[in-house]
Amino acid sequence: MGGKSPVPLLVDGKRVDGRSPDDHRPVMMRVGVLPNASGSALVGYGNTVVLAAVYGPREAMPRHIALPDTGVLRVRYHMAPFSTDERKSPAPTRREIEISKVVREALEPVIFLEQFPKSSIDVFLEVLQADGSTRVTSITAASLALADSGIPMRALVVSVSIGKIGNTVVVDLNKLEDNYGDGDMPIAVVYRRSWVTLMQADGSWTVDEVKTGLSLAFKAAEPIYKMERDTLKGRYSEEAISP
Amino acid sequence: MSYPFEVIPSLRREALMRLISDGKRADGRGLYDYRQIDIKVGLIRTADGSALATIGNTKVIAGVKFELGRPFEDTPGEGNLIVNLETPPLASPTFEPGPPDENAIELARVVDRAIRHSGFIDMSTLSIVQGKSVYALWVDVYVLNHDGNLMDASLLAAVAALATSQVPRSIIDGDIVKLDKSNKVPLTVNMDKMPITTTFNKIGKFILADANVEEEVLSEGRFTVAFSGDDVVSIQKSSGFFTPLEIEDMMTHGLELSKSIRARVVESLGNKPESFII
Repeated sequence: MGGKSPVPLLVDGKRVDGRSPDDHRPVMMRVGVLPNASGSALVGYGNTVVLAAVYGPREAMPRHIALPDTGVLRVRYHMAPFSTDERKSPAPTRREIEISKVVREALEPVIFLEQFPKSSIDVFLEVLQADGSTRVTSITAASLALADSGIPMRALVVSVSIGKIGNTVVVDLNKLEDNYGDGDMPIAVVYRRSWVTLMQADGSWTVDEVKTGLSLAFKAAEPIYKMERDTLKGRYSEEAISP
Repeated sequence: MSYPFEVIPSLRREALMRLISDGKRADGRGLYDYRQIDIKVGLIRTADGSALATIGNTKVIAGVKFELGRPFEDTPGEGNLIVNLETPPLASPTFEPGPPDENAIELARVVDRAIRHSGFIDMSTLSIVQGKSVYALWVDVYVLNHDGNLMDASLLAAVAALATSQVPRSIIDGDIVKLDKSNKVPLTVNMDKMPITTTFNKIGKFILADANVEEEVLSEGRFTVAFSGDDVVSIQKSSGFFTPLEIEDMMTHGLELSKSIRARVVESLGNKPESFII
């Protein structure tokens, strides 16, 4: 945010990539893409592509992080050095540490961690290609990878970003809109339960715009939720099991 | 705040849960009442601005330093704001020595975003030579005693320190830029846009403001909203989950609370103790 965009972000109700304010970019989902992982997923929101791998439940290491009555969820969100225009140093930044924390807290409410005392479930998220909305793409990927691993979950999580261009609330920011828009509000929802498990915002919003953003997020989440369900079902279809 | 090693005896936990299920709190507060807020400014002589914010037994001190810096590429005409937050082991039995952990980093980044997006400081006034030389505004926040709601206390300390800070004048001599620490002017801030965070925790079906550390241990979810005037300038959901209705509720209460807290800060900005007391 801040600075002036090289191109106008909204002209006659159309965005730089031709979308309407409430259009989401095309979503791509694949599960079971990494043979070594307990569960894995590759998710794309437009040109943003995130790879998620789940390892565990496994013995929590180092031992002192283990809890006697519940499992621990660990999440590492990381951007590959080649995922951005300018090479990003691979060392974890403060931004990545914060995002790892909020992504973990977006997933914790749906996982039956109490079934895995002394164990850890480790989720690794690697942003391979970044074009805005990387943390929300990561959450959707993580939710799919967790489900793919068979770890018991209350529900799937879907995440979308909401943004503001001038006074217009829009869905699913690309990088240009993220850099030069007037507000950014990533949201993760448990669609069937009306839970919000991740919500952040910066920029400047009226209380009504925040409410609009919330309802747009639920609206945008519905087709993505269905796609998650279908993708996971497809993994266990007859053709997939006995090709 | 998720510091997992804070422990409450189970009898105490049951008693607290019984109280909360009646909509009551152990210290007698209403669900949306803040503890006493106290702010002292200008304690640290070596800083260009400083403030100690107290909320109940939570104490946080912030020091501001102006240094010379180079502008970031995407903001060639603006000063740099850098917020760092430490949770030293003297502040709580649950804190350990070492570099800032994810909790401290999260707090610092929310403080940073709330200030950055509020319009409280016009960062373009902190440019010295366009594209070449700017003020680097270091805000170092130190937790001194942790009794819950570090988020709001940290923001209050940072904002009060900034509001009372003095900027050393810059001297431009050809290509060389220097700061004259003996010649300072007050930093220009827009008091109406002073960002204020309001933090809520969910316990059972109740939502309460300004949780103390015991309440934070019982908390099933934490949510912070920052306001500048009537506008939301930052949101941070931490643990747990919230429904859209709960979020609307917190925004409504948060907006009202932020107004009285902002007024409290503004009236405290002259509270400059003669001697060093915390």
